[in-house]
Amino acid sequence: MSKNTNFVLDLGLIDYSLAYNLQKQAVAEVIAGGPERVLLCEHPSVLTLGRMADEKYILASREELHRRGINVLAVDRGGEVTLHAPGQLVVYPILDLKKHGKDIKAYMHQLEEIAIQFLELYGISSSRNSGKTGIWIGSKKIVSIGVGVKKWVTFHGLGININTDLKLFSLINPCGLGVNMTSVENIKGQSVDFKKAKKDFADVFVKHFAFVRT
Amino acid sequence: MSQIILPELGEGIEKAIVAFWHCRVGDQVKKESDIVELVTDKAVFNVTSDFDGVVKEILVPEGEEAKIGQVLAIIE
Repeated sequence: MSKNTNFVLDLGLIDYSLAYNLQKQAVAEVIAGGPERVLLCEHPSVLTLGRMADEKYILASREELHRRGINVLAVDRGGEVTLHAPGQLVVYPILDLKKHGKDIKAYMHQLEEIAIQFLELYGISSSRNSGKTGIWIGSKKIVSIGVGVKKWVTFHGLGININTDLKLFSLINPCGLGVNMTSVENIKGQSVDFKKAKKDFADVFVKHFAFVRT
Repeated sequence: MSQIILPELGEGIEKAIVAFWHCRVGDQVKKESDIVELVTDKAVFNVTSDFDGVVKEILVPEGEEAKIGQVLAIIE
């Protein structure tokens, strides 16, 4: 059995709030000295607002969101409004930054680096965008990042558009940046195997961090 | 009396915005409980209390910027 079997947890398609509770539980465990985790999942369509987010960046009416069954949740991460939807790989690293540098900016930089390396596996060249968090392909954004930290233990994380229905982003002004979003599917011209994408991401993630597992 | 201070968050981070107070003046807080959330770039950093006590003063309101090392609240 791989040493990483218990480190990477695949939650599958899971309701945002349920996954949030699992994150909080994992954070409490890591604070108490338990093992670090990275949770991988996708969510049914939902909009989340970071702390200090401005609701004006939700372009759709509440009636339209209700009709589509899309909830709007206020959450304790940084950043503006974000859309999660099936086909988007959501990554919640629950890491003790005391073991990884105790530097929030450096941690976010590492998340960006991992996302760039992951996309390279699919022949996609991506980059950071000076002054803006996340990963970009030209003027289009493919990866969103927003993290939370409690007692130096991380939660929230990354949303990588793999096969996400990009039309859904018209419901919002993503991150308040007025940008267009893209996906691996959009760039490759065909959808990719989501299960394989999860495994590929987990491999890059585990390789990147030199984990001290307990 | 003890102070809640904006801690070092990493290299190059000199300030953060006070995003959310979990408590109000007069509230009892317990050791390890969430006190305040600070936003820097796209990260939210939770500051917890190191002791049991009562919030005597909140010095930086939500939406305002604070510098690393600045006193955010007083607990006694």
